[in-house]
Amino acid sequence: MKSDNEHRAIRKQRGRWAAGAIFFCLSVVAAGFINLQIFSTELYTLLSSENRLRTISVPAPRGTIYDRYGRVIADNVPGYDVSMLPGPRDSISAGLDRLAERLDLSPARRAALLSRNRERPGEALVVRENANFEQVAFIEERRPRFRRVVVDQRPRRRYPAGSAVAHMIGYVGEISPEELARSEYAGYESGQSIGKTGLEQQYEHRLAGRNGIRYAEVNALGTVVRDLGLAQAQAPVPGEDLHLGIDLDLQMYADSVFPEGMRGGVVALDPHTGEVLLLYSHPTFDPNAFIGGIPLDLWNSLREHPDQPLLDRVSNASYPPGSTWKLVMSAIGMKTTDLTIDTYHTHACSGSLTYYTRRFRCWLSGGHGRLNLSEAIKHSCNVWFYQAGQRIGLDPLLAGVGEFGFGRTTGIDLPSERPGVFPDSRQWYDEELGPGAWTEAVVWNLSIGQGENAQTLLAMAQFYAALGTGGAPVRPHLVRDEMLAQQRVDWTLDLPDIQRRQLVDALARVVNEPGGTAYGSRLARWTLAGKTGTAQNPHGEPHSWFVGFAPAWDPRIVVAAIVEHGHPDGAPSLAVPLASGIVDRHLETLGLPPEATPGIRPVEALTAPAGG
Amino acid sequence: MIDRLRIPGVGDPVLLALVLLMTGLGIAMIYSAGQVDVQSLATGIWVRQLYWFGVAIVALAAASRFSLRFLEWLAPWAYGVTVLLLVLVFFVGTGPNGSWLELGPGRLQPAEVAKLGTILMLARVMGGAQGPYERLLEFWKPGVITLIPFVLVLLQPDLGSAMIFGALFLAVLFWSGVPLPKIFLLASPGLSLLLGFNWIAWGLGFLIVAACLYVHRLFILEAVAVLLANVFAGALTLRLWDSLADYQRNRLLVFLDPEIDPLGAGWHLIQSKVAIGSGGLIGAGFANGPQKRLAFLPEQHTDFIFSVVGEEFGFIGVLLFLVLFAFLLWRVLQVASSMDDGFGSLIAFCLFAVLLTHIVVNLGMAVGMMPVTGLPLPLLSYGGSFLLVLYAGFGIVQRVAWEA
Repeated sequence: MKSDNEHRAIRKQRGRWAAGAIFFCLSVVAAGFINLQIFSTELYTLLSSENRLRTISVPAPRGTIYDRYGRVIADNVPGYDVSMLPGPRDSISAGLDRLAERLDLSPARRAALLSRNRERPGEALVVRENANFEQVAFIEERRPRFRRVVVDQRPRRRYPAGSAVAHMIGYVGEISPEELARSEYAGYESGQSIGKTGLEQQYEHRLAGRNGIRYAEVNALGTVVRDLGLAQAQAPVPGEDLHLGIDLDLQMYADSVFPEGMRGGVVALDPHTGEVLLLYSHPTFDPNAFIGGIPLDLWNSLREHPDQPLLDRVSNASYPPGSTWKLVMSAIGMKTTDLTIDTYHTHACSGSLTYYTRRFRCWLSGGHGRLNLSEAIKHSCNVWFYQAGQRIGLDPLLAGVGEFGFGRTTGIDLPSERPGVFPDSRQWYDEELGPGAWTEAVVWNLSIGQGENAQTLLAMAQFYAALGTGGAPVRPHLVRDEMLAQQRVDWTLDLPDIQRRQLVDALARVVNEPGGTAYGSRLARWTLAGKTGTAQNPHGEPHSWFVGFAPAWDPRIVVAAIVEHGHPDGAPSLAVPLASGIVDRHLETLGLPPEATPGIRPVEALTAPAGG
Repeated sequence: MIDRLRIPGVGDPVLLALVLLMTGLGIAMIYSAGQVDVQSLATGIWVRQLYWFGVAIVALAAASRFSLRFLEWLAPWAYGVTVLLLVLVFFVGTGPNGSWLELGPGRLQPAEVAKLGTILMLARVMGGAQGPYERLLEFWKPGVITLIPFVLVLLQPDLGSAMIFGALFLAVLFWSGVPLPKIFLLASPGLSLLLGFNWIAWGLGFLIVAACLYVHRLFILEAVAVLLANVFAGALTLRLWDSLADYQRNRLLVFLDPEIDPLGAGWHLIQSKVAIGSGGLIGAGFANGPQKRLAFLPEQHTDFIFSVVGEEFGFIGVLLFLVLFAFLLWRVLQVASSMDDGFGSLIAFCLFAVLLTHIVVNLGMAVGMMPVTGLPLPLLSYGGSFLLVLYAGFGIVQRVAWEA
């Protein structure tokens, strides 16, 4: 039995222990709070922000693209993007289901979005770019059903001139997973628009600008509670504007006069600077259709159309140059042999010429008779040029063509440019056709722009520009830029000026002298110099070519045009009036005073002995 | 002296003031918990707590009117009724665990009421105990008294509340002057149950138990029983663990690493730590905590009410509340110490033990030091039954203080 005193003593002692327990327990708990609130508060403040703040990318407006007179070729109008904030996959998937019908999400598109969400679960998912007003209204009116959905205003690309500028300007589209993986697109986000072709692709990094960031506060359900706007975030940096050398009016003109139902292209350069004044390919397409994702059926019909509307026939397609090539032959002949403007060959043109047993025809079956070089150019006599090729010989010809830059790209600022084709050596023939499977007669075909010879409009325009100005050959470029205008290519014409002027005179006769192959398309106010071409091809009627420049003695424009199968037998050549019309319009736009007496004039230098 | 200040008819006025102050602060925090940007159950619920507060005040006043002798007489009846209620919930229980009884205007949690009934019964049985506590068998009465509600609550299943009955058993022995080594031996099977996950840890614990037995020379049969109980508990651990559902295991484990179940049980802990941690030194201000506002913080008006305190008042606010809690505990302990009557003293100490366990387990959970057990924070967490039971307990403690 314990006394009351003993009990008191025990309770006093145990009471002290219990008081110690209070102190100990609460101290341990306090240590836990000190750890969280004093030592780790920065970490948890950050986690708290991560919890509740979602970054939303603010797209930078792409740079505007202007023509040489400040007219808009590409600009932006406000558009709406519908995106979903990151969240559990189930809820993203359910959200897409709810949006699918209204936003026209195909099952394929839906699957693509889900797989993108799997790859980048932390990023906002752009469900639809450029949603229309009804779609946005539908979402905004039913906000509670679309908790994760954010509607962003985003600049939408617009091409006011549409199909007239399609091949040059290209179009923008959503960045693909493959592109996203490439280093050149570091910092890009999925769902972002990038230039896919044309100038939009070429100058992507100048046009794109830098996207900004804004924050939205969300609750635990992922619902946006408030938009914190751009405060404390990063404002977007708009893209750089581009000023082109293109004359939009000329571009529209080409679009309106290009022969209906035909395929082809036309390009015009300022021969002194290389600025591209016009770049048009036909048939064309409307680049606006690509904005916000081109419908699959339209895309397929564009891709599978037999006329290949997506192909840029100026920089990306090569054609046998036909008779336009004869000026290249003339220049090489003058450089490497004793050929002059007044050279007559052994054989007069009787409508054909025989190489051993093989007969090579002239286009005029009755024959041109005896001709010198100037007349051969004017009448585009094949027989004369067969003999010129023979005189030059295969090896000097192959070397000489390479010295004029053919077979390489011109360096235009378009991503799609492809070089033309021209054999660079005998080995080329051995490899392509097999040793012994070809003869020296290939020279004859090459000489009239046929055979293993295919050139782009750009390459031909570049050569004629050099011929017309006598200056160093220019590099064609679309964006007006001092540096590009000063740039010269890695070859020169290297032809004595007298001989060059004799060739120009011959080209002027082609257009301005009765009997010349382009006489029907001469200009009333200025002397157009140029060369027609009729390119045989295995696909049908010959292609119609014209390459030329004007005014002949101080060219301000060089133009190269082709109309595929545009020169059926006995019909007029379609490329010639097209080209001459463009030249006339451009010189008029320039306000160039008409020549007093356009046409052929006696030139002192031409009478001087050539090759002197 | 303030620590012995007594007013006849009231008891300890400082303790009463402290209880009212903390309840007031609690209702303010429950109001804040309802200030959120999304639809929430917690919005406006502070009014209900205010209503419960009114009922609780009446309970406190009424409880303080009963003489200790009357309460001692009442104890078996009260205990019997609470056990009956615990059995009743298995048949007519409602709520998430089926642990509530619908009762006219409100709902009652018999597990909370059982705490009070058990305290009374323990105090009656042990109040007159004189020792010298030589045999463990002497403790069979308090053992059975706590085991019945322990098992019934565990079956609900409510592990957190069940633990409170275990704590009460140990508290009664502690306050009755039972030597600590004997308390340790009685509690040792529970320890073995925890250590059973690792046989080396269990082995070490077993050696300590054996050493304790050797030093204190229990009767041989009891010693063997203790050893067998430890072996059995150690062997049972993994079997029990395997029988738990994944979510139950996760709730017990997340405090070690919340990332094992970041969207389930770990979510509560992670968000609670984020809320408290982002509160920093001074907090976001009353009603302004963003984690709470944006519904990242779960159970913000019940189990995690203190995370709201941490987020909105920062460490300064937390410290203030900890001091208030310490003061409250100390006042209750003072009443227990100053009372010569065994019954009254034990009631006060048991209330002290219940408060301390709740506070430590709840706050330990909020800062991520303990498993998610769902014990409410006394006087702060929303919950009518618990407030009512606490107030009745405080009423009796006031009577004890007054009669001392």
